Amino acid sequence: MNYEIVCGIETHVELATKTKIFCGCTTEFGGEPNTHCCPVCTGQPGSLPILNQKVVEYAIKAGLALNCKINTKSHMDRKNYVYPDLPKAYQISQYDEPLCEKGYIELDSGKRIGITRIHIEEDAGKLIHENGYTYIDYNRGGVPLIEIVSEPDISSAEEAKEYAEKLQLTMRYIGISDCKMQEGSMRCDVNLSLRKPGDPNFGVRTETKNINSLSFIQKAVMAEAERQADILDAGGTIVQQTMRYDEKTNSVAPMRDKENSDDYRYFPDPDILRFCIDDEKVEEIRASLPELPFDKLKRYINVLGLSEAIARQIFKYRKVAEFFEGALAEGASVKNAANLIVGTIFSNMDTEEEKELFDIRISASQFAALVKLADEKKINIGVAQSTLQKMLKSGKSVEEFIRPEDLVGISDETLENLCKEAIEANPKAAADVRNGKDKAINMMFGYIMKKTGGKADIRKAEALLRKLIGQ
Amino acid sequence: MRTGISELASRLRKREISAVELTKTYINNIEKLNPTLNAYVHLTFDIALKAAEQADRMIKEDDAPLLCGIPMALKDNICTDGLPTTCCSKILDGFKPYYDATAWEKLKARGAVLLGKTNMDEFAMGSTSETSCYGAPLNPINTAYVTGGSSGGSAAVVCADLAVYSLGSDTGGSIRQPASFCGVVGLKPTYGAVSRYGLIAYGSSLDQIGPLTTSVKDAAIVFDAIKGGDKRDQTSVDHDYGASLAECLDRDVKGMRIGVAEEFFDGINPEIKSKIMEAVALFEKNGAIIENIRLPALKIALPVYYIIACAEASSNLGRYDGIRYGHRASSYTSIEDMIMKTRSEGFGDEVKRRIMLGTYVLSSGYYDAYYKKACLIREEINREFDAVFEKCDALIAPTAPNTAFPLNYKGASPVEIYLSDICTVPVNIAGIPAISVPCGEDSRGLPIGMQIIGNKFDEATVLQIANFYEQNSGIKAGVYEGGARA
Repeated sequence: MNYEIVCGIETHVELATKTKIFCGCTTEFGGEPNTHCCPVCTGQPGSLPILNQKVVEYAIKAGLALNCKINTKSHMDRKNYVYPDLPKAYQISQYDEPLCEKGYIELDSGKRIGITRIHIEEDAGKLIHENGYTYIDYNRGGVPLIEIVSEPDISSAEEAKEYAEKLQLTMRYIGISDCKMQEGSMRCDVNLSLRKPGDPNFGVRTETKNINSLSFIQKAVMAEAERQADILDAGGTIVQQTMRYDEKTNSVAPMRDKENSDDYRYFPDPDILRFCIDDEKVEEIRASLPELPFDKLKRYINVLGLSEAIARQIFKYRKVAEFFEGALAEGASVKNAANLIVGTIFSNMDTEEEKELFDIRISASQFAALVKLADEKKINIGVAQSTLQKMLKSGKSVEEFIRPEDLVGISDETLENLCKEAIEANPKAAADVRNGKDKAINMMFGYIMKKTGGKADIRKAEALLRKLIGQ
Repeated sequence: MRTGISELASRLRKREISAVELTKTYINNIEKLNPTLNAYVHLTFDIALKAAEQADRMIKEDDAPLLCGIPMALKDNICTDGLPTTCCSKILDGFKPYYDATAWEKLKARGAVLLGKTNMDEFAMGSTSETSCYGAPLNPINTAYVTGGSSGGSAAVVCADLAVYSLGSDTGGSIRQPASFCGVVGLKPTYGAVSRYGLIAYGSSLDQIGPLTTSVKDAAIVFDAIKGGDKRDQTSVDHDYGASLAECLDRDVKGMRIGVAEEFFDGINPEIKSKIMEAVALFEKNGAIIENIRLPALKIALPVYYIIACAEASSNLGRYDGIRYGHRASSYTSIEDMIMKTRSEGFGDEVKRRIMLGTYVLSSGYYDAYYKKACLIREEINREFDAVFEKCDALIAPTAPNTAFPLNYKGASPVEIYLSDICTVPVNIAGIPAISVPCGEDSRGLPIGMQIIGNKFDEATVLQIANFYEQNSGIKAGVYEGGARA
C-alpha cells in the first residue's frame, strides 16, 4: 500500500561563538576532558549564568537567513531533567518565547518547508564509558546551540536531504557554525509518520536520532518509512518512540521508549533577565548578513552567465565563492576564473571537506593575475592550468613561472608559418584531414605545440590549418 | 551597649588594640560559648589570624577600609574559596568551593577577618534553624528557645558577641526573623542590590544577602561594602546610592510619611502589636505623618511565597546528585540508583518536602493553577506596594507574629511554622528592602522585632528611620559583651 510521508526535522546547530553561552570558557572542540570548564558551566553551587549577547546575535542571524520573524521580547526557561551530563539538572533553553518563529526554507522545486521556531539553549557534557566506569567530560557543557524546528512539511527522503543541505549551507554562509555533522556541530533528528494519501490526520510519529551525515538523512527517512509501512501493511500500529539510525546496517531500531510522561517542568529562569531586542538591532544584524547562498546561485546563473553545473560547484562552498568573487573584483573574467577553479583547483581536492576548507596557498588576487593573462590571450588555457598547479604547490605568484618573453605569445604570422611547416611535415595527416579523418589534425597540433613550447593558441591554429589544408 | 564597627576601627587605628588581639578575643568568646550555642558550624581560626595579621599591616599603612581587621562570620550558604560551604546539609558534606561569593570577596578585599561559617536551616529552608544537619543553634538570650531562621547562626553569633557582624541571606525573612528573635539588627536589601554570585540558591528570584549587626549604623557600613552591580550576576543592579549610607543616617522623621497596614497585624501576638504601636506613637510624636494604608493582596502572600520559592528550589536543588561534589551514597547499582540514594540520604525532611511541593506546582497540569497564578498575584502585590510608596516613605510592621519558639516546638503542622513568615515574605515577593530592629521584649524576656520597609533601592530611608528609632527609643541590640551577658 502507498503511504504519504509526513516528516519534520529538528536540527541542533552549535554556534561558533568564541565563548560559551553563559560563561567565558572557550567553545573549542576537543581539549583534555574538563579543561574548558568553570563553576558556571559545571553547575557549581552558587554560580550564576550570564547570557552571551553574541549567542543572541548569531541566533537572530540564523532567523533572518531562514526568513523568520524575530521576537523582540524573549526570555530563557529552565528545562528540568536529570542526567549526569547535565550538571544543573536543568538545561537553560527557551520554551514559550523562542527568539525566532515562522520562517521557511525554499526547495529547488519551489516548495517551502516551514520553520516553526528557532531557540537558543546550552549543550550538555559528554559521557564516556570506559573499563566499566562512566566518566563525564563537561567541556561541551554550555556550548551554545540553536534548535531549528521545521514544520512537518517534508514529504520525501529527497526533500529531507535537500532541506538539511540548504540549512547547513545557509548556516555556514552566515558564519554562525561550521555545521559538521560528523563532529556533531550539526545534529538532525527526524520526526516521521505515515498516512494514507488524502488523510487529513497525522499518524503516530517516531523520532530518529544519531544521523551524522546528509546522505544518512535520506537513508534514515527511507528506512524508517519502510519500517513503518511494513508494520501498517501487516495491520500493526506504530509505537511513538525514539529510534536510532545504524549507518552500518542502514536500518533504524528503537533507542529508548519515548517517555510520554516526560515532564520538563519548564519555567522562566529567574537568574536571567527577560531581554528585549529592538528593531534597530535586528536591522543592523540584517544589514550585516552576507549574500545568502541561493541568492548567490541565482546571480551566478542569471547575471554572471555561468552554467548551472559550474555555478553550483562554486556557490556551494562559501570560501570558494569568496575566492571566485575576489578574483572577479580584481578583473578576472567569469568564465576563465570559474573553469580554472572547478577544473584545476578542485582537481587537488577529493573531498567535500577539503573544498569546504578551501585551504590553498594563493590569494584571489594572485589567481586573478593568472586568469587575466589567459583572458588577454597572452597565455593559452593549457599554460594557465599548468602554471596554476605550480602556483598552488608553491604559493608563488604567476611571474615566478612565466617569463616576460613568454607572454608575448605567438604572432599571427609566426603561427601561419608554423601551420604551413606542420602540413609539410605531415603530408599524410593533411591528406587524411582533407578526406574527412578529422582526428588526424592532432598530428599537426602536436607539431605546433612542440615548436612553441605549448604556447600557441590552439583554436587559432586549428582555424589556420583547416584554411591551409583547404577544408 | 556593644562596641560598633566605627569605634573598633578607630581603636585599631589608634593602636589601642591590634586586629590579631581583637580576633583572639573573639576566638576566646567562641571557644567559651559556641559549644553551647552551636552557632558556628565551621571555624576558620587559622585563616582568621592570618587575615588579622594582614589587616594589621594594612592599618599600619594607613589607608585601610573601615571593615579592615573586624572579625565577622558568614552564613554557611555563602561560598568561601577553599573553606567548607555546606548549607548545613549532609548532601554538601565536605564541599569546599574553589571560588568566593562576590559579597565575601568584597569584604575580604577590605580586610575582613572571617571567624567561621554559621549554622542555618538546611538550604535556608526553615524558620527556626532546626533543620540544620548539625543540630539547631540556641538562642543566646534564652537557650531554651530557637534563634529563628534560617540565618539563625548568623543572628546568634552577633547577639552573643561571637562576631562583630555577620552576613545572612533572606528569601522569606531569613535575616529579619532571626534578627528579631535574637534581638539584633538585620537588613534585607533590595533584590539586586547585593550580588547573589556565590550564594547557594534557594529561591533565586527572592534570595538576597544582607548584614546582621548590633546597630543600624553597622548594618549601613556593611551594606555599603557589599552592595553594587556584579557582572557575574545578571539580576544585580549597579544602583547609584550617592554617598555612603552609613554617613547619611542622621535624619529627622519629621514630615516623613510612615504607613501602617492593618494586614500586617492580622493574627499578631498582642504583646508584639502593642510594642510596634508604641514605636509608631514615637514616630508620630516626633512629627512623622502616620498613614493608615491597605495591602489586601498580603492575605495571599504566604501561599504565593511558598509556591514560588519551592518551585525555584525544586529546580535549584536538582544538581545535588553526588556526582561532582558533596555526599555520595556508598553503595548503588546504577547511576540512577546512586542519584536516588544520594538524594534520599543527603536531604532532610523539610528540604524534601519543599522539593516535592515545588515539583508538584511546576508539573504539567498544575503549572497554571499554582505557579502561573502565583506569578500573577506576585505582580498584584508589586502593584499594591508601588501604590503605597506613592504616598508613604516607608511602612512599619512587626517582623514576626511571634517571638522565638521554644526548641523542638512542633506546631500543629509545618504550616503553622510557615505562618510565622507572614510579615516578612511580602517584602521578598516585591523585592523591596526592609530592616528588623529590636523594639523591646515580651513578658518572657524574648526580643521583639520591628520591621521598617522601604521602596526599591531606598535603603537610605529605611536605615534613617531605623537609626532614628534606635537613637530615640533607648532600645539597643546586643546584650552580650566579651563572651558573657552584659
